[in-house]
Amino acid sequence: MPTITFITAEGKEHAVTAEIGRSVMEIALEKSIPGVVAECNGSAACATCHCYFDPAYADMIGAIGEHESDMLDFTASPRRPESRLSCQVRIADALDGMTVRIPAMQ
Amino acid sequence: MRHVVIIGAGQAGSSLAAKLRGLGFDGRVTLIGDEAHPPYQRPPLSKAYLTGKLDADSLALRGPSFYAERGIDLRLATKVTRIIPAKKRIELSAESLAYDDLVLATGATPIRLPADIGGSLANVFTLRTIADVEEITPHIGAGKRALIIGGGYIGLEVAAALSQSGVSVTLVELQERILGRVAAAETSAYFRSLHAERGVRLVEGVGLVSLEGEDRVRRARLSDGSCIDVDFVIVGIGVRPSVALAEATGLAVENGICVDALGRTSEAAIWAAGDCASFLWDGRRLRIESVPHAIDQAETVAANILGANRDYRPRPWFWSDQFDVKLQIAGLNTGYDRIVGRKGAKPGSCSYWYFAGEKLLAVDAINDARAYMTAKKLIDAGRSPSPLDVADGVFT
Repeated sequence: MPTITFITAEGKEHAVTAEIGRSVMEIALEKSIPGVVAECNGSAACATCHCYFDPAYADMIGAIGEHESDMLDFTASPRRPESRLSCQVRIADALDGMTVRIPAMQ
Repeated sequence: MRHVVIIGAGQAGSSLAAKLRGLGFDGRVTLIGDEAHPPYQRPPLSKAYLTGKLDADSLALRGPSFYAERGIDLRLATKVTRIIPAKKRIELSAESLAYDDLVLATGATPIRLPADIGGSLANVFTLRTIADVEEITPHIGAGKRALIIGGGYIGLEVAAALSQSGVSVTLVELQERILGRVAAAETSAYFRSLHAERGVRLVEGVGLVSLEGEDRVRRARLSDGSCIDVDFVIVGIGVRPSVALAEATGLAVENGICVDALGRTSEAAIWAAGDCASFLWDGRRLRIESVPHAIDQAETVAANILGANRDYRPRPWFWSDQFDVKLQIAGLNTGYDRIVGRKGAKPGSCSYWYFAGEKLLAVDAINDARAYMTAKKLIDAGRSPSPLDVADGVFT
């Protein structure tokens, strides 16, 4: 299973193994990573699982959807080029070693 | 050691237990659920989970080791038979437990059809739990005929999910229009067209007279005189708050378990949160059926159990997925006197803004995340754009 590392807003690192096919948001909840709220549990309806994804993996995490992109324009922490809703990114082998930064506010 | 006992292991109960630990509470926490599954998400049950696009593991709200790691004593498939407030004890079937603080997070129960019109025939289902879905799933398949009673969000979501699985779906709504109780005529019209285009047969202003069949349901007789053949029926006519335990305990109940602004019931050491709780807001009693509300209210109660003394302030929002359409709702539309429609930037996207006078109450945003997020921020901040500006699309 690939390993991904969550880095909280305070800089604390949590390296976790992640099951292929699950969403990054699901992994964060399962491992109780603080700062990923996910009020809608993965429907891309709330923008409270916003994370900053390692740009080195930008080509491997799948394209951003139109609805997701619209939601990201209104996140509580600023949108950056590496912003995604973590519920929309699925774990794959190619993501081994990726870091995911959690913003200060959701 | 102080002991918090939570009855109900749904979204509210689970959030409350997690929040107690998150706030540093180091006493005992016991979370009691009557279902066999650890706390899970209910919204997908009427959407992706119904059609097999999600597995049961993805429904779990927390990882398998979450509760044990935090010292939360999770008891599943366990019924609480009695609360004895004078002794601060609850009785389970085989034992009794002492509590210092007790939380009722008992949720709500779907309303069933009366037996005398066929409500207890086999293959007549309601949908609230994983167990309900497990009963329904074997009946789903191409060419099967389903009747859905009730054109609220659950009924419409189920209609969409089933018809995408090849089931031939008829939905009957007794009122003159679908979503009549919860949304404006404009939103109803949008979803009416959507379902009609996708082949769902929507029948509005028509009631069910009876379900008929010998061993199982085979026919439905409708109030327009027609009779249709069915393989199974899903009843989505609303829920009632689960208040039996509260009533038996003598707690104040009025469309839910009455709580004050802190979340306390009429008994000082007993609290309530989520679908089962009716709270005071803006001078009236309110009960909200929504995941974000369940989480927020439960977390507020957790803080108040630990002495925060913080009033609960709802920031209601909802969502519904039907076919490829996402509806996002911010606010509560009760008491609106005007609807302002606004086209979105993308084809097929639009939003309906509910006003009472000049005050913005709520917004239904259809495939329009920008309108939803804009409106949610305005409503949460208590601000109202001018209805004219909404219509003109002046602000974004």
